Amino acid sequence: MKATIEAEDLTKKFDDFVAVDHISFAVQDGEIFGFLGPNGAGKSTTIKMLITILNPTSGQARICGYDVLRQRDDVRRHIGIVFQDPSIDRFLTGKENLNFHGMIYHMDKKTRESRISEVLKLLDLQDKENTPVKDCSGGIQRRFEVARGFMTHPRVLFLDEPTIGLDIQARRALWEYIKNLNKDNDITIILTTHYIEEADYLCDRIGIIDHGKVIATDSPQRLKESVGIDLILMEIANGGNGDFIASLKRLEWVKNIEQHRNLLELSVEEGDRRVPELLGLASRHGVSVTSIDSHKPSLEDAFLHYTGKTIRENEEEQKR
Amino acid sequence: MKNELEMGTTPNISRRSQLIDPLPIYTMWLRQMIRFFRMKARVVSSIVTPFLFLAFLGVPMSFMPAGNIPGIPPGMNFLDFLAPGIVGMTLLFSSMFGGASVIWDKEFGFLKEVLVAPVSRFSIILGREAGAMTTSILQALAIIIIAALMGVRIQGLAGFGLSLVFMILTSTTFIGLGLILATKLGEMEGFISIINMIQLPLFFLSGALFPLDAMPVWIRYIMYINPLTYGVDGLRGSLVGGAAFPLTLDFVILLVWSIVLAGLGTRFFSTMEAD
Ligand SMILES: Nc1ncnc2c1ncn2[C@@H]1O[C@H](COP(=O)(O)OP(=O)(O)OP(=O)(O)O)[C@@H](O)[C@H]1O
Ligand SMILES: [Mg+2]
Repeated sequence: MKATIEAEDLTKKFDDFVAVDHISFAVQDGEIFGFLGPNGAGKSTTIKMLITILNPTSGQARICGYDVLRQRDDVRRHIGIVFQDPSIDRFLTGKENLNFHGMIYHMDKKTRESRISEVLKLLDLQDKENTPVKDCSGGIQRRFEVARGFMTHPRVLFLDEPTIGLDIQARRALWEYIKNLNKDNDITIILTTHYIEEADYLCDRIGIIDHGKVIATDSPQRLKESVGIDLILMEIANGGNGDFIASLKRLEWVKNIEQHRNLLELSVEEGDRRVPELLGLASRHGVSVTSIDSHKPSLEDAFLHYTGKTIRENEEEQKR
Repeated sequence: MKNELEMGTTPNISRRSQLIDPLPIYTMWLRQMIRFFRMKARVVSSIVTPFLFLAFLGVPMSFMPAGNIPGIPPGMNFLDFLAPGIVGMTLLFSSMFGGASVIWDKEFGFLKEVLVAPVSRFSIILGREAGAMTTSILQALAIIIIAALMGVRIQGLAGFGLSLVFMILTSTTFIGLGLILATKLGEMEGFISIINMIQLPLFFLSGALFPLDAMPVWIRYIMYINPLTYGVDGLRGSLVGGAAFPLTLDFVILLVWSIVLAGLGTRFFSTMEAD
């Protein structure tokens, strides 16, 4: 059985800038696959190439066996999409947008009506359906955008940051809906997200992507395990000193050390018992420890491990 | 929940996209119509400008003896002469805008939505062109009514019917031109000024305001290239009489222009990236 989505050396250059750099991956039938990565990693660009609205500079990809460059029409018949950027007609009402979407996708009138009322209910939009989208709040506009993506039931559904800009309730409701859609209708789903919990909760497999490259692909569980058995995150003033780091490396129970600026990431065995020893070592080297914390690795730790950035740092970058 | 979900499963898988696909064409047409009538300011301004031309250029000039302008048949009122030109102007502006508005769809993201749909781009653009043409012709018809109310003598029903043919061709031509500009220039920045820079010379060098024969010879050669010249002349011949060329010639040249420009525009649209 061939994979539902196959990408091979997929590359996109904007002038000299390489946004997506020889990405290869496969998504199996019925999977929920997620891309997790910092801003500008190339997630949306990858999705846009897969959904045939951006031409790859090189490499190739197939959706349900159809080439995204040479068999666009066939690809388009099998996919649905929620875009990250607005793509709704702001002068039309929400309901007109949904109805037109259904018409363009050749749904008959009865199906359209039942699907429209279902997605309106899903995103709690019933009282906004007849307002021109431009007069709705940003969050409501986003909900219409998302609602439209769920009108059809394609073979493969692409969700580019589906829950960004939604409040907690809407996000939870959507998570359940996505899970059910995947399970009951056998729809393969590929999504991108900034929300660790979302990726953790929804995805069967996650690809961590940074600087246009996929650095790791695995199940959330295996990604966490790959970071270590226990993880100690130690924040030190001024990045510590070379002696201290060197002596840490000599400890046989320290399996791996990564330094991300002032943050030291140690994979260890029996983490809880090691904290006092680490503090002692630090004070002997005159290094002041601002905070220390030992825990089982989370997906967030895996993200930090592979991209060198915490999600928070990433979000602050986005605000700037 | 499960039952609800199973309704309407995979509606877009079974069919192949046809070149001419009625439902999406109708959808795109309807969208243009709704948008047009919802933007009240645009409807009003699209009628006010031509009205001002008729009222403040046409009416005063019609009090002067028109007989000494070469190219206007003796005895013809200047307002009668001008009215088809202003109808042509209305078609030029609204159709070019209609074609060019693809760039707004790109800017505001809606283009992505249509371009990923399992529908031939030819159908998408056909619906869009039909919508732009309908709104343009509605505006042109409004101008004809206003002109008639101001005293312009329309030749009769047959002439009016013929003028519709010229309206369709003129509109198609400039929708095509707008589409070419939008797909090839690609960026919003400076786009409106570029459109203006092209529209105004097209208008002034079309015989809409003054007859061809009143112009220096070298300008006349420019006017012979301008498709609007034939649109205006055809409209004039069919609505009020006094065309400079045989109407068959107007028709054939305009037909060629409209096929070339709308064909190119459609082609460029088909290969356009949405981002
Ligand atoms: N049309 C374009 N022209 C030039 N550069 C572009 C274009 N589109 C994207 N880029 C660049 O490509 C890189 C990847 O962008 P992309 O939108 O794929 O990132 P992303 O992973 O989706 O980020 P985010 O999490 O912010 O959505 C960015 O540096 C971006 O600036
Ligand atoms: Mg993105």
